[in-house]
Amino acid sequence: MPDPTLDKTLGDPHSSATPLLQTVGLTKRYGDFLANDAIDIEIWPNEIHALLGENGAGKSTLVKSIYGLIQPSGGEMRWQGRKIVLSGPSEARALGIAMVFQHFSLFDNLTVAENVALGLDGRESLKQVSARLQQVSSNYGLPLDPKREVWQLSVGERQRIEIVRALMQNPGFLILDEPTAVLTPQEADQLFIVLCRLKAEGRAILYISHKLEEVKRLCDTATILRGGRKVATCDPRQETAASLARMMVGSEIKEVKAAARRATTTPRLVVNDLSLEPDEPHGVRLQHISLELKGGEILGIAGVAGNGQDELFAALSGERLAQEPGTIVIEGLAAGHLSITERRKLGAAFVPEERLGHGTAPRMTLSENALLTGHAASGMVRHGFINSAATLLTVDRTTEAFDVRKAKRDPEAASLSGGNLQKFIVGREILRKPGVLVVSQPTWGVDAGAAAVIRQALLDLAAAGAAVLVTSQDLDELAEITDRIAVMFHGRLSAPLATADASRETLGLLMGGSSLGQKDFGQNDLGHKEAAHAAGA
Amino acid sequence: MRLVLEKRTERSNTIALISPLIAIGLTIVTMSILFAILGKNPILAFGAYFIDPLTDAYSLQEIAVKATPLVMIAIGLSFCYLANVWNIGAEGQFLIGAVAGSWLAVKTQGADAGYWVLPAMLLLGAAAGALYALIPALCRVRFGASEILTSLMLVYVADLFLDYLVRGPWRDPKGFNFPTTAEFDPVATVPVLIEGGRLHLGFIIMLVVVAAASVLLGRTIKGFEIRVVGAAPRAARFGGFNARQLVILTFAASGALAGLAGIIEVAGPIGHLQPGISPGYGFTAIIVAFLGRLNPIGILVAGFFLALTFIGGEQAQIAMKIPLDVTKVFQGILLFYVLASDSLITYRFRLIVPPRKVSRGTA
Repeated sequence: MPDPTLDKTLGDPHSSATPLLQTVGLTKRYGDFLANDAIDIEIWPNEIHALLGENGAGKSTLVKSIYGLIQPSGGEMRWQGRKIVLSGPSEARALGIAMVFQHFSLFDNLTVAENVALGLDGRESLKQVSARLQQVSSNYGLPLDPKREVWQLSVGERQRIEIVRALMQNPGFLILDEPTAVLTPQEADQLFIVLCRLKAEGRAILYISHKLEEVKRLCDTATILRGGRKVATCDPRQETAASLARMMVGSEIKEVKAAARRATTTPRLVVNDLSLEPDEPHGVRLQHISLELKGGEILGIAGVAGNGQDELFAALSGERLAQEPGTIVIEGLAAGHLSITERRKLGAAFVPEERLGHGTAPRMTLSENALLTGHAASGMVRHGFINSAATLLTVDRTTEAFDVRKAKRDPEAASLSGGNLQKFIVGREILRKPGVLVVSQPTWGVDAGAAAVIRQALLDLAAAGAAVLVTSQDLDELAEITDRIAVMFHGRLSAPLATADASRETLGLLMGGSSLGQKDFGQNDLGHKEAAHAAGA
Repeated sequence: MRLVLEKRTERSNTIALISPLIAIGLTIVTMSILFAILGKNPILAFGAYFIDPLTDAYSLQEIAVKATPLVMIAIGLSFCYLANVWNIGAEGQFLIGAVAGSWLAVKTQGADAGYWVLPAMLLLGAAAGALYALIPALCRVRFGASEILTSLMLVYVADLFLDYLVRGPWRDPKGFNFPTTAEFDPVATVPVLIEGGRLHLGFIIMLVVVAAASVLLGRTIKGFEIRVVGAAPRAARFGGFNARQLVILTFAASGALAGLAGIIEVAGPIGHLQPGISPGYGFTAIIVAFLGRLNPIGILVAGFFLALTFIGGEQAQIAMKIPLDVTKVFQGILLFYVLASDSLITYRFRLIVPPRKVSRGTA
């Protein structure tokens, strides 16, 4: 969309000699800790610039400084060559900087237009906002019905709201934080088309991602951060995924190796025709779910978030009880009516998706969080009294086995970085040597190094004879570690496919709701269906 | 220049310790202004409140006597509040405990009963307090009724029930028509610790309760359950803890402790059942619980401090004609500041120096 103000601010992108945004020695200090240490970065118009780095490398800090959410402690930022100091995001937006966050800030019970209007600084009427929204969304091929309420929308559609909201501010510079984490491969492809279009319009995009293949495909430049410092700026198309990963981690990432598996004959986790009504108004109903998982095997469940994975996890873990005891069988025992504690005593272990608030109590120490899942089936409690030596020992052993980095021996869970906390949570369960492990999003938002450690641990556990069920939205991850993959869509589970035979296209289609029998149910049809859907049909 | 409240990465243990002191400091400043408005010299007033009671043995003993029910009730309330359960009706549970225990004292009056009477009274008081507290707990678990409202409303039921008993069936026939029971027999009375003094066995029971609560919360899996259910309900469910059971359990425990405090108060310092046996212990204990950081030892200290305000209030009324209700104002302001200061445990103030204005470019 040719826009006069944009042209004026950007000029002819090819002739501009100054970067759109430049940071010079940008530094952010928290107490003694340097989150960003003298970072120089240049972002030019007509560029998709990747920001790579492990968790804790300083990506978020840098982006927050650029978006005005935090004030840097040193160095400076220049916008088109002029020095700027941002005291808040509204000043960043006034300059033409927009950001799409990884976690959406949308109100479920409001309509699309109402949500967009809330995020805009201006004083337009809802009608004007709706009209402009429709114009922008159709212009960029991001179909959205302004009148639909957010809870009815898929995760991909919700992200579309955030992107359209950002575009309605007509930004010269757009920041995207891990935008493909919640998308099917097909949805991600559609997003890339939009991003390339924005680039062609002379805008600049800062693209934060962990998916290196994606960065190689999409981005013109990549800046890599490690430990708060800039390691390199390079052209990702000239690099390999391995060389990018090496720069991020600073050393070679261990290849994840699957040992020769020893499949036992006894199924250790069986689900027989499980159906369950949701317990929340916007929850998903589980319908006729069946699966069988033998020892030594890893079964992956793929699917876009919000298709019943959380509900299935709650039913398997015993946080919600099934209608019939026989619908869930753990180690040969009907477990549908057993509590989570009783299931743990049978040798099952669980790792939920949410690290803070579900997997751990954020404001409690690691030893207390070891007790949280270990109190039933270990020596941590004697005659009702806590054996604090035993809980601390679990922390120490987990720390050692999984390289959990922390500031002191027993800190609060919330003070750990995402990757380290996830290593602790997975390690805490694996050290109990479970026979059945149900794990949801094992490496969500976790850095490459930690992800490799966790995946290897899951493989080793399966090799030792355990049955492992992994729910993930990361198809690469599932391809890497699972033996079979099933797909969840609208509360139903597809028949599992052997991982070796499951192409991304097949899985992507299943994730979008097409059934295996209709392989020709192509992408175009899907697109039409969605457009009609979005138009309120 | 801008002052912002920003989240800390880890809760500050230093602030957790000093936040009650900050609150007390702010309360004293506010109260000074109030005293000045009342036309009293703030320094003299605070002298009467906080210094004079500490200078004579009688007042010191009286502070310990007043602290006994406050601490005992507050310990029970801390279980509830840690578990995110809101029992506001400890005052009612206190009164019902007093009534139930007194029933045995009235029934055995002059019957030369043995030494079993007092222990039985204490048990009855605790049991009745627990049962009375179960009403709001069960309403919450079964029907989802707000326990804040139901427990509070039951305070007035208990109050009027006690009133009816001492004006009707249990009135002392030789009591000149005063609404009171007869003085309890010696076997139905909590013994004093020092001959001729006021400090009684209840004080020791209170210390035992504090020690037991300290072990329960810090060392046992039940205590962990209470803390984790309140701090992170979803994680607690994941841990296999049942929040509904805990509502019932914490209500019963706090009701039992309030009931026990009630019967000890009646069978101890008062010696008979009458209206007005509590100057609002059940409500003041809420302040004690929070001022003491919901920690048993902290509650013990806070209990003494609040007891001091009761005694000091009486002294100030006698010495300076400051209305007794000012004590309640004081306690209310204190609770307000305690809760406000607590936010500094997980947040901190940061001063943002004014940034030089952004050059807006072409915008």
